[in-house]
Amino acid sequence: MRWSASILSIWLLFCSLVSAETPREIIAKAIVVEDVAEQAKLVKSLAGQADPVIPELLTKWKESEIYIYEPTEPAGPKVAVLLVGPKDAEDKLSAIRVDSGAPLKDKDGKDQRLTTDEATSADTDSDVRVAMKVVLDFLAVTDTDPVKRLKVVEQIGLNQDVEKLPVLLEREKVETDRKVKRAVGEAIALVQLKSEDAATQIKACDALGALGSIPAQDALKALAKETKDAAVATAANKALTAIATHLQIVNTAGTAFRGLSLGSVLLVVAMGLAITFGLMGVINMAHGELIAVGAYTTYVVQNIFGAGLALAPFGLKIALPGMKMTGAGYDAYFIVALPLSFLMAALVGVLLERTIIQWLYRRPLESLLATWGVSLVMQQLFRLTFGANNVQVDSPAWLSGNWTIYDVILGWNRVFVIGFAIAIVVGTHLLLTRTPFGLLIRAVTQNRQMAACMGVPTERVNMLTFAFGSGLAGLAGAFLSQLGNVGPGMGQDRIVDAFMTVVVGGVGSIFGTVISAIGIGVTDQSLQQILGNPVLGKILVLGAIILFLQWKPAGLFVTKSRNLES
Amino acid sequence: MVPKPPPTPREILARFEIFLIGFASIMLIFILPILNAQGSIDNFTLNLWGKYLCYGILAISVDLLWGYTGLLSLGQALFFSLGGYMMGMYLMRMIGTLGQYKMPIPDFLVFLGWSQLPTFWKPFDSFLFAFLMIILLPALVALIFGYLAFRSRVKGVYFSILTQALTYAAALMFFRNDMLMGGNNGFTDFKFILGQDVRSADTQRGLFIATSILAVGTFLLCRWLTKTKFGLVQRAVRDSEVRVLFSGYAAANYKLFVFVLCAIIASLGGALYVPQVGIINPSEMGTDKSLEAVVWCAVGGRGTLVGPIIGAIGVNALKSWATVGETANYWPIILGGLFIIVVLFLPKGIISIPGILVGFFKRRPKDDAAAPKAVEEAPAESKTDDTIVAKTEAQA
Repeated sequence: MRWSASILSIWLLFCSLVSAETPREIIAKAIVVEDVAEQAKLVKSLAGQADPVIPELLTKWKESEIYIYEPTEPAGPKVAVLLVGPKDAEDKLSAIRVDSGAPLKDKDGKDQRLTTDEATSADTDSDVRVAMKVVLDFLAVTDTDPVKRLKVVEQIGLNQDVEKLPVLLEREKVETDRKVKRAVGEAIALVQLKSEDAATQIKACDALGALGSIPAQDALKALAKETKDAAVATAANKALTAIATHLQIVNTAGTAFRGLSLGSVLLVVAMGLAITFGLMGVINMAHGELIAVGAYTTYVVQNIFGAGLALAPFGLKIALPGMKMTGAGYDAYFIVALPLSFLMAALVGVLLERTIIQWLYRRPLESLLATWGVSLVMQQLFRLTFGANNVQVDSPAWLSGNWTIYDVILGWNRVFVIGFAIAIVVGTHLLLTRTPFGLLIRAVTQNRQMAACMGVPTERVNMLTFAFGSGLAGLAGAFLSQLGNVGPGMGQDRIVDAFMTVVVGGVGSIFGTVISAIGIGVTDQSLQQILGNPVLGKILVLGAIILFLQWKPAGLFVTKSRNLES
Repeated sequence: MVPKPPPTPREILARFEIFLIGFASIMLIFILPILNAQGSIDNFTLNLWGKYLCYGILAISVDLLWGYTGLLSLGQALFFSLGGYMMGMYLMRMIGTLGQYKMPIPDFLVFLGWSQLPTFWKPFDSFLFAFLMIILLPALVALIFGYLAFRSRVKGVYFSILTQALTYAAALMFFRNDMLMGGNNGFTDFKFILGQDVRSADTQRGLFIATSILAVGTFLLCRWLTKTKFGLVQRAVRDSEVRVLFSGYAAANYKLFVFVLCAIIASLGGALYVPQVGIINPSEMGTDKSLEAVVWCAVGGRGTLVGPIIGAIGVNALKSWATVGETANYWPIILGGLFIIVVLFLPKGIISIPGILVGFFKRRPKDDAAAPKAVEEAPAESKTDDTIVAKTEAQA
């Protein structure tokens, strides 16, 4: 501790003494100075300066790319130069002075060119290299980008670099970024575990325990094993227990979050089904393909915002021109894609309803079969149009980051999906209960004949309801394009889950679908974490659902009816 | 005196039915194999027809459930592949030490690091045990699942979705390597069956004959079953389960029996399918396979026993023809389109086409000459379900 503090004070002194010289001049001077101790001192004096030329020159020096040239006629002081290509006929390179960055002049004032043999390569002593490393670390720690700073600081902590402790202590005083400051504190405590002083070690243990530092576990375990001081060992174990508790909470919270987001995905996918299957009683096996319609719409919109798209279905050549946007403009494609994917899927839904489903309202089993045919046809159409492989859909920048709150990682796309699911549920609920159209939907789904008698245009209501459900599937597709693969079979992978969700929730109950989606999502994720195996978790969930339906055959929320057959 | 009405196509068919069945049986069991043995039919074609017949057996099992009992099971492919897997286990054991690794256990087990046979594999050295398992395992699965489902009165589309979930879960399970059933790749590279080389023409012909016998047997069994009082109740359950319940029948038991029986039929079909195609893997259990079997049944004509067989053979022959060369890309579109058309316009399948045509030509003059008679006829057609219930009540 004390020695490091003294080094620090020497640096600061040095900084103030030589501040008149530019970093280039200091480095040039250090290169030509003969005394190794002096060299190290000069290099260390650079610490704290943020000139980007410092890392560049130091790296070159370390890699022996800097040469010392001693002019012979007239004889002059040694000059540090960089030899840069290309080589000419005499193997000569142009020489750049390190101290000024300008070309080296000969006695006539012309640019002097040198071969590598005419100058001697500047070598570095191990002390100097250590000094360089300190300077470079200092530079990295003071980097203007907090993300880079954070990375360097975390690395120092993990390596328990005692030499860099002063750098960290210095940084702790001036650091303003909350996250980095926490990391600096953590790194300091980690480094201090290596201290000779028992009191410092215990203090560091306590600090790590309080921080719930997950990366410190290994270091603490090692300390608890190696230390001879009983008090230190106790402190380390106490810190370990605290961290384990913290880890437990983090994992549970992480699982809950992932479960919630998986539930939201299920919900978004199942919401459309809850309308078409739950309310209208149509088993639409092509629902998955309507999801794919939404996802492919997103893909097309993205390409129109980007480089354009060439499609070749059935030998036709369709070239969609691109707007070649970048940055925020390009990222905005998703905003445009959302309503478009709703509309496209709704359009396909109307087409489907008019041509096929309207004839099958009284034959639910057969609507299952006919729409399965539709799903086969649509999948193949996707394959012929967009290729059999998955297509690439980029996430906008504002969906691809994440927040880390107390070590729980919250991906923005997942947070967004949760928010979106809430918006869809609220929107659907409002549409069904607060609008005239919603009133008509409920009237028709509850009693078609009676509604028709009261003058409700049941055919049109059916068509629009189906279009709405299909549109929701399209929206789900736009979202899934941000979370997983977009390909011809993407809908099929989700359809079983979606039907399960609706059935468990109770057919006809939107609220039931919400509860069952979240329930299934959280159960799935919890089982995955407990069993450590995603497939086994899924199988168990399916088994659990089958058993659950024994207990409640009509799902969670039963729509009351006096009809014996239903 | 009222003149005797001319016989309907169904009646005409019924008169010749026994001859038709006999003819088809003799064709399948004797004539085709003999023609193959003397070289008029090549081995590939015979093998293809053996495959079609297996599909036909699967289609009958779907039809007995769906067409006769009103249970649309999307899990028949599960039972079909379970039978296939049981047979596959026996065939894997018959490879002996002739595998890639020259070890006395199947290759994939060596690959997974096993040096000894897992216990549940051991009895499959015996064909008799494998045969018992082909019948018992699917029956047990169907019994448990069916008991749970029918007890809580799961029906209609819920039953379909549940069976689909069951199949999906099973496929996921069989895809796993630690299930020790070959994982992704399943079983293949079979060598011997009952001491014979499984790939030789003679063995394949024997398998074809066995498949034919099974197909004819299944057909006759189902034909007999559907004509008994049991079959009547079965159809009554399809048409109105509630009325059957009120008539004092335990509908759930009838359904459970049919479900288990169909599982066994499908399983037997699968068991004969595997040695003929030489491979079984979890993709055979996919939900799409079950739906495909439903397609055959619907295209052929559900609610009849000949329909599903015609459907299975027809659709698969079409598939063999269409998935070669240029048209391969359009096969799913053809299949999907065919299915939509059949469901929308031919709910009784292609077997109903002759009847429709005959009716179309006959009704014309009738409509002109005797309008009241047409009205009289209309309710008679829709009477079927009522009469069935009435009959069952009378018998009870």
